[in-house]
Amino acid sequence: MASITFDRVSLQYPGAERPSVSDFNLHIDDGEFLVLVGPSGCGKSTTLRMLAGLEQVTEGSIYIDDKDVTEMDPKERDIAMVFQNYALYPHMSVAENMGFALKLSKTPKDEIRRRVEDAAELLDLSEFLERKPKALSGGQRQRVAMGRAIVRNPQVFCMDEPLSNLDAKLRVQTRSHIAGLQRRLGVTTVYVTHDQVEAMTMGDRVAVLDKGVLQQVDTPRVLYNRPDNVFVAGFVGSPAMNLIETTADSDGNVRLGAIAIAGDGKIRPKQAVTVGVRPEHLRVTEGEGIDVEIDLVEELGSDAYVYGRGHLPGEPLVVSRFEGQTPPAKGERIRLDAAVESVHVFDTESGNRINIS
Amino acid sequence: MTDTAEKPVQRRIRTGEGWGTYVSGAVIVLGCLLPFYWMMVVAFRDVGYTFSTIPWPTHVTFDNFVAALNTSSGNNMLRAIGNSLVISAVTTTAAVLLGVTVSYALARLKFAGKGFVTGIILAASMFPGVALVTPLFQLFTDIGWIGTYQALVIPNISFALPLTIYTLTAFLHDLPWELEEAARVDGATRGQAFRKVILPLAAPAVFTTAILAFIATWNEYLLASQLSRPNVEPVTVAIARFSGDNPYIQPYAAIMAAGTIVTVPLVIMVLIFQRRIVAGLTAGGVKS
Repeated sequence: MASITFDRVSLQYPGAERPSVSDFNLHIDDGEFLVLVGPSGCGKSTTLRMLAGLEQVTEGSIYIDDKDVTEMDPKERDIAMVFQNYALYPHMSVAENMGFALKLSKTPKDEIRRRVEDAAELLDLSEFLERKPKALSGGQRQRVAMGRAIVRNPQVFCMDEPLSNLDAKLRVQTRSHIAGLQRRLGVTTVYVTHDQVEAMTMGDRVAVLDKGVLQQVDTPRVLYNRPDNVFVAGFVGSPAMNLIETTADSDGNVRLGAIAIAGDGKIRPKQAVTVGVRPEHLRVTEGEGIDVEIDLVEELGSDAYVYGRGHLPGEPLVVSRFEGQTPPAKGERIRLDAAVESVHVFDTESGNRINIS
Repeated sequence: MTDTAEKPVQRRIRTGEGWGTYVSGAVIVLGCLLPFYWMMVVAFRDVGYTFSTIPWPTHVTFDNFVAALNTSSGNNMLRAIGNSLVISAVTTTAAVLLGVTVSYALARLKFAGKGFVTGIILAASMFPGVALVTPLFQLFTDIGWIGTYQALVIPNISFALPLTIYTLTAFLHDLPWELEEAARVDGATRGQAFRKVILPLAAPAVFTTAILAFIATWNEYLLASQLSRPNVEPVTVAIARFSGDNPYIQPYAAIMAAGTIVTVPLVIMVLIFQRRIVAGLTAGGVKS
């Protein structure tokens, strides 16, 4: 068990136009479950692979506890990794797969057996120990991959989209299983995913990356309630936050339908701003508001998402959530409003959050 | 009604079956196998009827095989078979060992000049063997290697290597990289990851490549005919130099018997492993 520190880490492949990861700073506490999330190509897997020692860091250093591991071989780092396609050794049985690392470290045979059996029990794999990976289902293979990591009792778990090859139902089950297992074992874990729901449900903290740059690291709730910039605001939450581009008036205030945002000197006159409202914060009003013509209604049972075009310059897409089973119908016109406290304001040019009140 | 009318048409389109396919297939197979068949017919036929044109085996006898193995006329087929085995086995072992390491580098490592190395290997496989005979003869005469095993083994290795490297590179390239990475994270060095994870998975391809290299070396004639002496000559040369009791009569029947002895084991081996050989030849060519 250990803490991890990324100190100004960058990686640029030879011949690449921009770095895959640039100036990445992050401290992960001992026992923490940290999720790296972002769209594909954002550098999250590369970051994880640098930690595991599978990619060469171009600049900066990585520390596990206080030990600089930047130039170390993967084998010296005491890290276990779960790969997206599991990377089980096809010619070895489940038990051999799980015990491979221990065998390499010349652990006595009976101890290997004991530890493999313990892990197998934990993962409900005891009856499959003699099978080859190809005779297992997707979920079982995934558990073997987890077992291979657990058996070693390493300082750090690295998980690279370990659930993306599972079907939707199994994914949800395994999600809570992995999170529970991590809490129980208390091993520092770095988990990579492109799925923001996975990120929000599993992580103690979530690090959002885009284009190789760390956008924000915080607990899921803070990410959701106070996104630092437009990218995080749009990435976290499903359906995504409504982001409506508009311009401040000559006093530096913003008005959107009935929502009046006082700039308080933080917004320049005529500044281009993006106003963000989460779908669940929009409510139907009889008075002043944003007129929306409904294009699509998604009923999920407990609630419904209503998609429409707002009667605003540029006809932005507006999504709102309706609780219960009586959403408006397609083609209807509704008027929406939101409390000013629930609204986020971003500078359109830089994308950064403007903290109003 | 429509069912019965449409089905045969569909099947023909889908599989490309038809009498034309069978006829052309038969022509190719016959063209390849007839000379071989005739060699066996003559080998088992009494010497007096060697030139008989009856297309099926007649006057069956094993005398020709006895004659082929007889050493009184200066032939030594058994020694030649032994030589061929030694040369082919050593060549195959060396070519596969070298080939595996080179292929691993070409398939898995990034290094400067990789394209150049691949190009050189391809060029070497295109080089006509006959152009090498004279320089090799000259070189081996100078260093006194004419009539030694190494004079045959070393050029054969260089002929077998491009083949082994190409088949193995294609195969290793298709193995998932993550397996090696998983092994390295699990605490293996690059060498251990290669030995304990990559090599066991590559074993079928290595085996196929070994068979292909063995056959190629076993059949090699051109260089052996120039660079060997009777004590180390392989079967290909021994058969070509085969002499009978009477220097003015070619002992056709005995030559055919010798040819049968040399080819039949090879053909049986190819038939047993044909699936693997085809798989090895097309490795990497088709996405599975």
